[in-house]
Amino acid sequence: MKTMLPPILLILALSFSPVFADSMINGAGASFPAPLYQAWAYDYSKTSGIRVNYQSIGSGGGVRQIVSRTVDFGASDDPMDPALLKKDGLLQFPAVVGGIVPVVNIPGIKAGQLKLDADTICRIFLGDIKTWNDPGIRKLNGDLRLPPAGVTVVHRSDGSGTTAVFTNYLSETCPAWKTRVGAGKAVAWPTGIGGKGNEGVANYVRRTPNSIGYVEFAYAKQNRLLYAKLKNRAGNFVEPSFESFEEAASTGDFDAKKDFYLWLTNSQGKGSWPIAGATFILLAKNRKEAGIKTAKFFDWAFKYGDNKAKELIYVPLPRSLKEKVRAYWKANGIY
Amino acid sequence: MPIIQRKNAADFSFSLITAAASFTIVLMIGGILAVLVRESGPAIEKFGVIGFLTSTDWNPVTKSFGAATTIFGTLVTTAIALSIAVPTAVGIAIFVTEIAPNFLKGPIGIAIELLAAIPSIIYGMWGLFTLAPIMTKYVEPALQHSIGKVPVVGSLFQGTPMGIDLLTASVILSIMIIPFTASISRDSFNLTPSVVKESAYAIGATKWEVVKNVVLPYSKLGVFGGVALSLGRALGETMAVAFVLGNNHQITSSLLDAAATITVTLANEFTEADSDIYLSSLFYLALVLFVLSFVILAVAKFFLLRAGRRYSR
Repeated sequence: MKTMLPPILLILALSFSPVFADSMINGAGASFPAPLYQAWAYDYSKTSGIRVNYQSIGSGGGVRQIVSRTVDFGASDDPMDPALLKKDGLLQFPAVVGGIVPVVNIPGIKAGQLKLDADTICRIFLGDIKTWNDPGIRKLNGDLRLPPAGVTVVHRSDGSGTTAVFTNYLSETCPAWKTRVGAGKAVAWPTGIGGKGNEGVANYVRRTPNSIGYVEFAYAKQNRLLYAKLKNRAGNFVEPSFESFEEAASTGDFDAKKDFYLWLTNSQGKGSWPIAGATFILLAKNRKEAGIKTAKFFDWAFKYGDNKAKELIYVPLPRSLKEKVRAYWKANGIY
Repeated sequence: MPIIQRKNAADFSFSLITAAASFTIVLMIGGILAVLVRESGPAIEKFGVIGFLTSTDWNPVTKSFGAATTIFGTLVTTAIALSIAVPTAVGIAIFVTEIAPNFLKGPIGIAIELLAAIPSIIYGMWGLFTLAPIMTKYVEPALQHSIGKVPVVGSLFQGTPMGIDLLTASVILSIMIIPFTASISRDSFNLTPSVVKESAYAIGATKWEVVKNVVLPYSKLGVFGGVALSLGRALGETMAVAFVLGNNHQITSSLLDAAATITVTLANEFTEADSDIYLSSLFYLALVLFVLSFVILAVAKFFLLRAGRRYSR
């Protein structure tokens, strides 16, 4: 026992060693951007010595934590309404953009061959379109040979920002969806099976012939799932890519007066991907210190973090939007 | 008779410490119950008790919640799991105690205990990547082509076999609870006095007759205890089921449909519950499970006690 004592004391001493509050930023929230925030935090601590501790506890938790002021910043995958922000005394700005991709597994069909539009996706997820050779889908696809097989719909079984963006897109483009289902992080799905997490949906789609699901772009890419082309608001069929997400982000009318409250779904622009979404950072108005520290971190990330973001398959904010965010910080006295 | 008798200082403090340790359990249960009741307050107020228990709604968008679908999923998976696991486990225990040659008893016993030591997340991953495809490809189509053709019972096996359904979840659950039931049954079988068994053999009873008429009646209580324990585990199991049940809030007549249990709903939806009433409803679900497991275990205990009294007479 005696020989054990010194190492134990050493470990205790190390774990209680003082960490100065100034050199720490605590954040919590959305799980979708967590890998990127953590990668940024690592690089940031190397150049500035300031540690950013980000816990990926889910958007709901992130909002609750910043409302109760237990963290320096919260992170959420869906924008918070300006009225609600005012009530809780919060500031909000976008940090990075992601895209959601419909992925399919239809024997004989290759990536990007299948074309869909808002109406067909909506009717597929409502359960109204039951087979792949439905006239609605055939009309979009010319002479592509679609099997008469039944469609299996795969959706998320857990609450998630991905579902929020996807259902928001359906609600915005399809009145039937809006009245029958609605938008949210978890909804009452009319049909289909639920996969847990992006990886769960990706796994079911890959395994189940004639299925369709939706995942974050990164998962579609890493799992080499077959994506479908989508018709955007301008009427063009676009492929999911950094370029089409970026175009969606830059044509989006982010307004600092409304605390950047904006869904990037179905945005204008000739080449915009229609199902994109920004993920947001929330700050407490009455805690200037924390706000300044956080703004400094994201200012650094906006300047030097774009390559890291692309490496991890996130879409950095367009330059003009970054400037808008900086102006917003300045107007609120934290930059 | 006083609970703690003062004999000497050491004895007294020893009793005090053990008593304190025991009371923490009571405190803990009381604390958990208090938190659950407090947090589910808004949902209890909004949906009532009967309304919440009977509503099949679970719609975060319209903020209308009910527990009927998840209670259904919880009870069905538990019941099927038990009906698969108990006969298997009792069979294992009989083989190990009465039939297997000595050199086999050790390895099988160790295998059972190892099965009990596997963390549930591993069962979940295994279920998703290995068992679910096997169910989709072989087991479920085979069931549809055989039992599925029988009227009435056949309706249990309707629909496209996806492998993400009540049946797969129940099979995983049953694998997880077999070790509990089996090892407790084995221990209670071992308690049968060998004099009684040998007398039975002496008057010409076969192995089957000895097991049926001597060992099983003698150790009924222990087996019951094992079943009650695994019932508790099946009711509360989360991670393994979360991967293969689909979390669809629906009451379905087919075992090949996705469903949701209370614990899976909690694990899946807690982190992203964004409205107060949503969160409160999740706490309410937890409270329902708390009461449900309490009632089921109490009923099991009651039967156990009654059987015990009859047996000791």
